[in-house]
Amino acid sequence: MPTLSVASATTSRSVKDLRLGETGTICCLKDPEMALKLLEMGCIPGTQVTLSGRAPLGCPITLHVDGEYTLSLRVSEAATIMLKD
Amino acid sequence: MASAVVLTPDPKQGQSDAASAAIRSVTERHTRIALIGNPNSGKSSLFNQLTGLNQKVGNFPGVTVDRKTGVAQLTLHHRADIIDLPGTYSLYPKSLDEKVITDLLYERDSSEYPDFVVVTADASNLKRNLLLFTQLADLQLPMVLALNMMDTAEQHGIQIDVAELQQQLGVPVIPMNARKGVGVTALKIVMAQELGPPSQTFYETSDELLPMIRQIRYYFNLHNDYLALHYAHQYERLKFLSADDKAYIHELRQKYGFDSVALQAQETIDRYARISELLLDVVRVTRAEKNESYSNKIDRVLTHKVWGYLIFLSILFLLFQAIFAWAELPMDLIDQGVAWLGGQVKSLGEGPLIDLLSDGIIAGLGGVLMFIPQIALLFAFIAVLEESGYMARVTFMMDKIMRKFGLNGKSVVPLISGMACAVPAIMSARTIENWKDRIITIFVVPLMSCSARIPVYTVLVAFVVPERTVLGVFNLQGVALMGLYLLGFVSAVLSAWALKTLLRAKERSFFIMEFPVYRWPRWKNVGLTIVEKVKAFVFQAGKIIVAISVLLWVLASYGPGDSLVKAEQQARSEAAQKQLTPEQTDNLIAAHKLENSYAGVFGRTIEPAVRPLGFDWKVSIALLTSFAAREVFVGTISTIYSVGQDADMSTVQEKLRAEKDEFGQPFFTPARAASLLVFYVFAMQCVSTLATTYRETKGWTWPLLQLGYMSGLAYVMSLLVYQLLK
Repeated sequence: MPTLSVASATTSRSVKDLRLGETGTICCLKDPEMALKLLEMGCIPGTQVTLSGRAPLGCPITLHVDGEYTLSLRVSEAATIMLKD
Repeated sequence: MASAVVLTPDPKQGQSDAASAAIRSVTERHTRIALIGNPNSGKSSLFNQLTGLNQKVGNFPGVTVDRKTGVAQLTLHHRADIIDLPGTYSLYPKSLDEKVITDLLYERDSSEYPDFVVVTADASNLKRNLLLFTQLADLQLPMVLALNMMDTAEQHGIQIDVAELQQQLGVPVIPMNARKGVGVTALKIVMAQELGPPSQTFYETSDELLPMIRQIRYYFNLHNDYLALHYAHQYERLKFLSADDKAYIHELRQKYGFDSVALQAQETIDRYARISELLLDVVRVTRAEKNESYSNKIDRVLTHKVWGYLIFLSILFLLFQAIFAWAELPMDLIDQGVAWLGGQVKSLGEGPLIDLLSDGIIAGLGGVLMFIPQIALLFAFIAVLEESGYMARVTFMMDKIMRKFGLNGKSVVPLISGMACAVPAIMSARTIENWKDRIITIFVVPLMSCSARIPVYTVLVAFVVPERTVLGVFNLQGVALMGLYLLGFVSAVLSAWALKTLLRAKERSFFIMEFPVYRWPRWKNVGLTIVEKVKAFVFQAGKIIVAISVLLWVLASYGPGDSLVKAEQQARSEAAQKQLTPEQTDNLIAAHKLENSYAGVFGRTIEPAVRPLGFDWKVSIALLTSFAAREVFVGTISTIYSVGQDADMSTVQEKLRAEKDEFGQPFFTPARAASLLVFYVFAMQCVSTLATTYRETKGWTWPLLQLGYMSGLAYVMSLLVYQLLK
């Protein structure tokens, strides 16, 4: 069986906790079903993501992925993307 | 395979080659080609470039997804059917739209199975775009990679060694810029060739699973392992598998401990690793860009706390202006044109056939054609906002607010368009991928007060509120009108909220989406969108509207037995007694005829039901005819009270004021008028809307629910208003 970087881990910070303009490296994805979607969209463990914007009411947010493109996602979705320390 | 040609996208060379290919081929060939790619990879632009106006929109069997097909002339003797598949990020479907793709690709014996696949990829974002490509390649489909948006890649300082990429991928690669048409000729040449499957594979199933995959492969006689793996993942929803087949796969899955979600995740990770590796020799980024992109700078203004909403409101204002003011002239012209045509037909002679043609069919057709300017303008606006990338920002800004009411950021556009006309508004709800959010949006859109309610509001509001100025500036009737719009909006939002709690989601809702960069819209794409939407409306909703109009005409023109003949005689003698003018006589005849027609009989039949709302049989007839389209109200009222069809608002109002009830008191009391107003705010009186909901939801469930819910709401609210104010 392939081991999963998708399973929950002990790291505490997620993309949700990034400050505007701050960059982090994806460590793993918490929610398995959401993970499939996120992986397809390029949020692979090891990828660098930057919090590039927030909607006026705080949600959704925009993420710059790998310096190449921008994703927009809800805060609840961002909370499933865990970051490396 | 003439790969030398492939690498030189020189238009001139392309044409000469096409010519020589034509000489070589004796028989005409017809190929079926599927167009697949990520969202925002320029797939639609390429489809438009390949097919132009030779496009058709149909349905995939059994699902609510549009099936866009077109014909491309590849060479003189070679035409290809192109099918434009929905944009997707991978072959593991997450939405109904995406399922269409695998349904097509899994069934190799199907007559729809493509001979050939064109995969579009955004060159400025190659890594993520190649994920889908490698999956398709592993299905061993003959394919070509259309490496799109080369100009954007260049601006980002990304250089791609196309020859090396072609080597690594094992398929022809055509660098192109579909928006400007660059590379299309070269692509057509490759598409005209007979290609074999890709020479590379990108993913191997693990050794532990191989026995299971092989068993599935041989059991179903499949042509490769990867397709067998897909069967293992997706067997539950494959319609062409029998219950035994499914049980067989299910058993295998149990035996080998097949964890679908984990395996899909691992496959995606492995594929990305492989892609990163092969791109090492292909892609060079020369300029490490530290400058903020222009899209980000624009976003700081367009999604700003204050400016963002202000700009959005201004754009809405412009849109309203377009739909109300700019569409008026062409709508009037169409109206007059149809009236002229009807008049011409009437002048041909008399008789029921002529009447049916002029008052039934042509008038019904007018009701369809009238909406074209509004639909065209609305979709022009929406296409420009969509193409430029602004729509994604609106969604982004409104999502949190709309979500509270069971809607979605993407519901904003349909709700706003609904204040012009529910028909294009419901059509624009297609941009909402999530089934539940889309159904809720479609369901509540007709509660927004549309432009057809304006004449009704204007006539009746004077009976409820006097023409007076309050607080120095506000016209009281104007305030009341705004209140009616607000009532519509509030009821739409509350209904959405109620429906949210009732409906169960069919699929998981993801908001996550790519934020496209800002781009100038391509007018060709905008134009083709307008043509497509107008065609869809005229041919699909149009059929039903005309049919109902004809039916209503029959009901209003015929009565039981010889009642109409008697009615006319009675009216003539009455007119002679009162010494009316010929015109007044005609009006009186029309009124008596309507009273005795099937519509009139119907009005009397339902009178007891609407009496608690304060309505009599005359108003009932208006309610019945308004069922086809609510703007008919004023016309019907004019006929019933024998005002004549061409009377203006004030004449109609005077007539209504003069109308007495059985005690000789004015019939249209404030209570009655308010009740009628409220009825028109809520009631579903628009066949076009029902027809559109039917078309968009592919069934009668939702239009009927909509009809039942809104009529019920209208009845209850009117009852409340009348009984309270009486």
